[in-house]
Amino acid sequence: MSSYSIQSQNLSKLFGRRLIFKEINFIWSEKGIFGISGPNGSGKSTLVKIVAGLIAASSGKIIHKNSEEEIIPEKLHNHIGFVSPYLVLYEEFSAWENLKIFSKIRGVPFEAERILFYLKKFLLDTRKDDLVKTYSSGMKQRMKFIFALMHSPEVLIFDEPTSNLDEEGKKAVYEIVREEGKSKIVVIASNETRDLELCSEVLLLEKFK
Amino acid sequence: MIAESYSLFKKDFHSELRTRYAINSLAMFIIVAISVILFSIGNETISSSLTGGLFWVVIFFTAMSGLARAFVSEEERGTTLTLQLIASPSTVFSGKLIFNMILVFSMNFIIAIIYSALFENFIVQNFSLFLVTFVLGNIGLAVASTIIAAIIAKAGAKGTLYPVLSFPILLPLILTCVQLTLFSFDGTSFEESKFELAIVVGYDVIMLTASYMLFDFIWKD
Repeated sequence: MSSYSIQSQNLSKLFGRRLIFKEINFIWSEKGIFGISGPNGSGKSTLVKIVAGLIAASSGKIIHKNSEEEIIPEKLHNHIGFVSPYLVLYEEFSAWENLKIFSKIRGVPFEAERILFYLKKFLLDTRKDDLVKTYSSGMKQRMKFIFALMHSPEVLIFDEPTSNLDEEGKKAVYEIVREEGKSKIVVIASNETRDLELCSEVLLLEKFK
Repeated sequence: MIAESYSLFKKDFHSELRTRYAINSLAMFIIVAISVILFSIGNETISSSLTGGLFWVVIFFTAMSGLARAFVSEEERGTTLTLQLIASPSTVFSGKLIFNMILVFSMNFIIAIIYSALFENFIVQNFSLFLVTFVLGNIGLAVASTIIAAIIAKAGAKGTLYPVLSFPILLPLILTCVQLTLFSFDGTSFEESKFELAIVVGYDVIMLTASYMLFDFIWKD
């Protein structure tokens, strides 16, 4: 079982003079599905980007710990799987090539069987050798889940995970979220009631203005 | 980190072969710039000092037309976030630097060949000095261009900002390299050129160290 934890200490973010949120404190540890909700512009995407170490907070900090040892920012990317509508894969490569490239740049082994399993799960196995630019927006969204899961990260962060997905795609995502939530930290930032129903606790961002 | 950086370079290399973001613009710029110089000279023979100066002018502007692509293409395609999620900042910088380094060396090698074939006074008397200048100059050019590309990738007016920001940063390097190239034309010895060589070596070391230290801040908003 994972002994991973994410702790937020007095986290605040400003864009210029505009306050997005302030004084957010939480601890997410070991496993579970945690939600982040709030109206448009409340800072859901900003918060998940800070948690993933992609942007810096204006004040306060996020601490990632694995077995009580703090993870340095330089190494954080290999512990996180991230899905969002604004994530873009390399369209000039096929899905298979993209995943192979990601493994090599991450410095982790390319587990072909595991990746084939996910390609089947997200109904992309028959199109794996096609260039990503030929994919529909729903297919690209499903590809992003394989991108997030392929290196077995301890933390999965899904920002609006079901956007662009049809019912079949949503079903696959919910299955993955439930399954991964049993052993890992899964964070969902969304306004969709069905997405948030999966969460054991939900952070309401309008409370942090 | 070296293996990961090399993988990132390979990704950029294959991406470049498929998209031709930088290669086409660099090749076109080399052809256009040298053609314009040749047309403006006509039948006249230009001095070796002018030839040496124009050699580095073409190198500078060719670098301006293509090297920014390393980061700008990621930003324009929206893949910067993907890159942030798969690699550490130092891996990203190293990978992009290897790509730009190879691009700079190959394009400047072609420029040198064209110059030696078309310009009468492009006669190198001290070849080892020319080679050292060429290598050190290209390293400095690649390092400075890569970090400037990372800075301007996030800005709105990328096209104009790149040469504007590059000019003051690259000026000491270009001026010293022009001087060293002229020394190599004159047959000046290494001993007599050591002051200029020390400037270029110092420039490369400082630029490389500062780039690695700065990149983390540039890479994350």
